Amino acid sequence: MNMIPPLKPARLRGDRVTMAHGGGGKAMRDLIDEIFTAVFQPPGSEDQARLTAQALGTPGAQLAFTTDSFVVSPPEFPGGDIGKIAVCGTVNDLAVGGATPLWLSAAFIIEEGCEFDLLRRIVASMQAEAEKAGVRIVTGDTKVVERGAADKVFVTTSGIGVIPPGRDMQAARIQPGDVALVNGVLGDHGATILAARGDMALSTDIASDCQSLNTLIDAVLQAAPNTRAARDATRGGVASALNEMAEAAGVQIDIDETALPIRAEVRGMCEVLGLDPLYLANEGTLVIFVPPDEADAARAAMQAHEAGRGATIIGQARTGHAGRVTMTTLFGGQRLVDTLVGEQLPRIC
Amino acid sequence: MRYVEEFRDPVAAKAVLSAIAAVVEEIGATARNPVHIMEICGGHTHAIFRYGLDRLTPKGIEFIHGPGCPVCVLPMSRIDECVEIAERPEVIFCTFGDAMRVPGSAKSLMQAKADGADIRMVYSPLDALEIARRNPDREVVFFGLGFETTTPSTALSIQQAAREALGNFTVFCNHITVPPPIKALLDDPHMILDGFVGPGHVSMVIGTHPYDFIAETYGKPIVVAGFEPLDLLQSVLMVLRQIRDGRAEVENQYARVVPEHGNPVSLAAIADVYEPRPSFEWRGLGEIDASGLRIRAKYAAFDAEEKFGVGYGAGPRSVAEPEGCACGQVMTGRIKPTGCPQYGTGCTPEMPLGALMVSSEGACAAYFQYGATDDHLEAAE
Repeated sequence: MNMIPPLKPARLRGDRVTMAHGGGGKAMRDLIDEIFTAVFQPPGSEDQARLTAQALGTPGAQLAFTTDSFVVSPPEFPGGDIGKIAVCGTVNDLAVGGATPLWLSAAFIIEEGCEFDLLRRIVASMQAEAEKAGVRIVTGDTKVVERGAADKVFVTTSGIGVIPPGRDMQAARIQPGDVALVNGVLGDHGATILAARGDMALSTDIASDCQSLNTLIDAVLQAAPNTRAARDATRGGVASALNEMAEAAGVQIDIDETALPIRAEVRGMCEVLGLDPLYLANEGTLVIFVPPDEADAARAAMQAHEAGRGATIIGQARTGHAGRVTMTTLFGGQRLVDTLVGEQLPRIC
Repeated sequence: MRYVEEFRDPVAAKAVLSAIAAVVEEIGATARNPVHIMEICGGHTHAIFRYGLDRLTPKGIEFIHGPGCPVCVLPMSRIDECVEIAERPEVIFCTFGDAMRVPGSAKSLMQAKADGADIRMVYSPLDALEIARRNPDREVVFFGLGFETTTPSTALSIQQAAREALGNFTVFCNHITVPPPIKALLDDPHMILDGFVGPGHVSMVIGTHPYDFIAETYGKPIVVAGFEPLDLLQSVLMVLRQIRDGRAEVENQYARVVPEHGNPVSLAAIADVYEPRPSFEWRGLGEIDASGLRIRAKYAAFDAEEKFGVGYGAGPRSVAEPEGCACGQVMTGRIKPTGCPQYGTGCTPEMPLGALMVSSEGACAAYFQYGATDDHLEAAE
């Protein structure tokens, strides 16, 4: 079902979503018109978006297609909300593969009782982030479920982008000697969400790093044309992204503990809770591998971009044990940085 | 957080490391004839591997990993009892996250949750108290677990529940104490222990005097230690110096946190709410006299064992450990995690056979997570 442009303004009654808004009748139409299509303004009035782009016509260009669901709790937190993450996450999934993101879909599963105002804020931040990233939200869907069957609102976005001819960014291309960079501090998003849940009675000024990375990656590719691969370090943090890359490339990756950019507040919170910031989720942080002779240029290009001010080199790929990530600790000792099993759980003593 | 950075200063660490190397040489300890130092606390075991201290200290030091992981030392029967309580329809079972994945003989709490039990992860017993207030028609049970570190907060929650006359809040008490198992290990003729790194957080509550018997009766040095890398290195150095000098004393490296006489408010709360059980079963160590705590009769209304007729109140029951699981031997330092035939094959963090692979303080989890057994880590340097 596509989003149809508004017919008449302000017909939504009350201030919360009821089961009637999922019923397929007028109430549903009002919800979609007033909250979603009024802001996204999708083209056309058919049940599917019809897309054309010049880039598609270039011989050798590839389509990139990705999808992701977002269930973050709470839906709003310092630095963003579930809508902003839903746009950034899918934009970034396209961008780290070298694709220029063009179009997104957005599907909403809404819990009965969800406030219209929350939906309005989420939609507004999606549109703002989409404009910033240069993508359009062209189609979507809503469903309403009984109270308790969802947590306020879940969002699924899918995205389509175009990879220009000749570009091949993938982890398998990483070679021994290649240098690993990150674009800024690690773990802010995970720490923000933990604090925002209120379970810990922690008050912090940390905000989520949630941001789109496509223009940053463009800037790196300009400065370091032989960039091998990038990953956004979302769930499982930088440690998990590095492990995936080490495995795909068949290299050992060694990172330097002293080089890891981690905010003192995040480090402190991790100390208190027994967490490791390397495994905390990020929503606007990437790991990128470039050949050693392009590392300085890549870092400079990142630092000149607003999403990469804190860019720094954190490690290097090398021969050794394929698929392993190791860390040289502060004291020059070495240890394994394994993939996480399950969730990080706070310690008890 | 300068407080953290100061205790991770690489320059200072190098100085301590060379002092350690010098003392090890003076003692004449070698890889074939090492000094055996037990770090009692699982938090210390993890810190050692997390910072790679095992690779930085001389081979003349062998770390024996002690029983200071409260989840690991719980016998499987207690997890089974948790599941039994949690699966009652009226119960909301509240637990620290650490205990969720520990295998019971039929299932873990995480599996019980997936099967429909109302099990909630909390960060403090006070969270469980709040859940009880908000759900007056449900029975809220808190899984009281841990050494003297967590015992005071459970005691305070029971005192608070009593003040509020909350009729739907109970604690399933599995609190245990550190000194009795240390004594049991020292009494074991098969154990070779030259000195101890003592637990930091536990000592914050109980002070340093409960360890006097280690020095006075058994003639072994013990140094209460903090959890930062420099804390640990300095404590190891202090233990080694005692060994070199032929001294056996209780020393306090963690004096910035640990008062000699402990925390009187916490100790008073513990004494008010709990009394020692005649004995308590430990995984790998068996029954140890006066090593566990139970809720005093005056607070019986808040005792889940009383309310649900389980546990030691209903008579002890023993459940055999899974076949091939050597958690007990690892727990008591008889073998290293890698000495267990199941390590890394039949028992991994994804499919744990025993608690030591699951708990955030378990020795096997530390070995696995930080690659303690990977030769290539050293070879690659």
